[in-house]
Amino acid sequence: MEIPSELHYTRDHEWLRTEGEEATVGITDYAQSELGDIVYIELPEVGVDVVQGKTFGAVEAVKAAADLFAPVSGEVTAVNGSLDQSPELINQSPYDDGWLIKVRLAKPGEVETLLSADDYRKLIEQSGGD
Amino acid sequence: METKKTALHDQHVASGAKMVPFAGFVMPIQYSGILDETLAVRRNVGVFDVSHMGEFEFRGADAEKFLNRMTTNNVAKLEVGQVQYSSMLYDDGGMVDDLLVYRFEDRYVMVVNASNIDKDYRWLEEHLDGDVELKDISDRTTLLAIQGPRAIELVRGITDTPLDEMAYYHFREDEAGGVPAWISRTGYTGEDGFEIYACRDDSERLWEVVWEAGRPLGLKPVGLGARDLLRLEASYCLYGNDIDQTTNPIEAGLSWIVKTKKKGGFIGLEPVLKARGKPHRRLVGFVLNGKGIARHSADIFHDTGKVGQVTSGGYSPTLDKSIGLGYIDKPYDETGTVIEVDLRGRRIPAEVIQTPFYRRE
Repeated sequence: MEIPSELHYTRDHEWLRTEGEEATVGITDYAQSELGDIVYIELPEVGVDVVQGKTFGAVEAVKAAADLFAPVSGEVTAVNGSLDQSPELINQSPYDDGWLIKVRLAKPGEVETLLSADDYRKLIEQSGGD
Repeated sequence: METKKTALHDQHVASGAKMVPFAGFVMPIQYSGILDETLAVRRNVGVFDVSHMGEFEFRGADAEKFLNRMTTNNVAKLEVGQVQYSSMLYDDGGMVDDLLVYRFEDRYVMVVNASNIDKDYRWLEEHLDGDVELKDISDRTTLLAIQGPRAIELVRGITDTPLDEMAYYHFREDEAGGVPAWISRTGYTGEDGFEIYACRDDSERLWEVVWEAGRPLGLKPVGLGARDLLRLEASYCLYGNDIDQTTNPIEAGLSWIVKTKKKGGFIGLEPVLKARGKPHRRLVGFVLNGKGIARHSADIFHDTGKVGQVTSGGYSPTLDKSIGLGYIDKPYDETGTVIEVDLRGRRIPAEVIQTPFYRRE
């Protein structure tokens, strides 16, 4: 199970990569593996404000649907348009080509509330992940 | 209830299967991925361990008469070596199960859904009449389904039974991979294929032989996830989803397995005759014209009113469409009717279409 050390994580299995005032959001390798084949994705439009801990979209896998929760608050500055035609990118490359949205951080302090890679690894080990 | 394992449990785990509890068994839900496995069966060949299915044996002078009373199709029409799709009904016409009946020279075998084994056995036992010996042989029976356009090539490699002479829904008692087996040209995928029944003790041997013959053909192991998608694409009913004790076979589109004029009738005949007069709802297929998957028990709307409920839904990789089955009240069940399916609070436009969604060429 890949858990890049430089990223921040949520208990709902999203990751956050900060780049200055902007951050990229996706779902973790563990999340995509648990969901299985992803076939549809619902994402907000550019310009929409997302709020930490609130739903900003959903992924629909063959087996089940899952809500997406914003790791941080801010305005959506980019959406991964490739996922509309190729949602399987999330399964194939959850930390790169399968990114979901980019957000301009409204409250940079929120990043500190997220889990480190080590903490996230402990979380999924406790929940029976491998 | 204890969780059972099929004889091939360790082989599935070694093949990378994700195992889940299902109908009292721990079963492989997927190996390489549900979509990949679905397409492998459509394009090539896949093997399924479906040993969780139940098998009952019926012997005795009155076995035919008894089975004909218990099931809706006409057992008297079955020839030796033939298989029949059928169902059992409660007195009120609700469905006990859907099943297969095999006619052997000296006996009959009924194949039932894993989740219904105990219930079905009790139902049959309660109604036993005359010279009939009923035996549950589920625990000592292994069942492998080999399905897909290249299934016949694979099975030809493991048996001398003349497969080209074997028509759909026929079977032979013979050998496969050197072990005694019933080789049956049946399946639950919408593809050509075979189901091979063998003794539990011969499971590993059979599995190995199937892989020896199948590996050069690109055989893939297929789990319950893909099995569900394949049967949905082919519009086969799944007991517990599309049919159950609250549905009758007429509204489920299964009139063709209900022989109301057969001699002696069957349990559930009167309510079925009534339902045949004017079914108020019908199990139909629909395609979603929007993103999302229609899940079991989602509501179906027409304009502002609720007109039905989803029973099965999924993304079809073969058609690249989101499809589903559901009961819709008349007259909204007509092909071409525009409906809406409620997916977690969002109304997704959909259209009633002809089934099956997929039919092999």
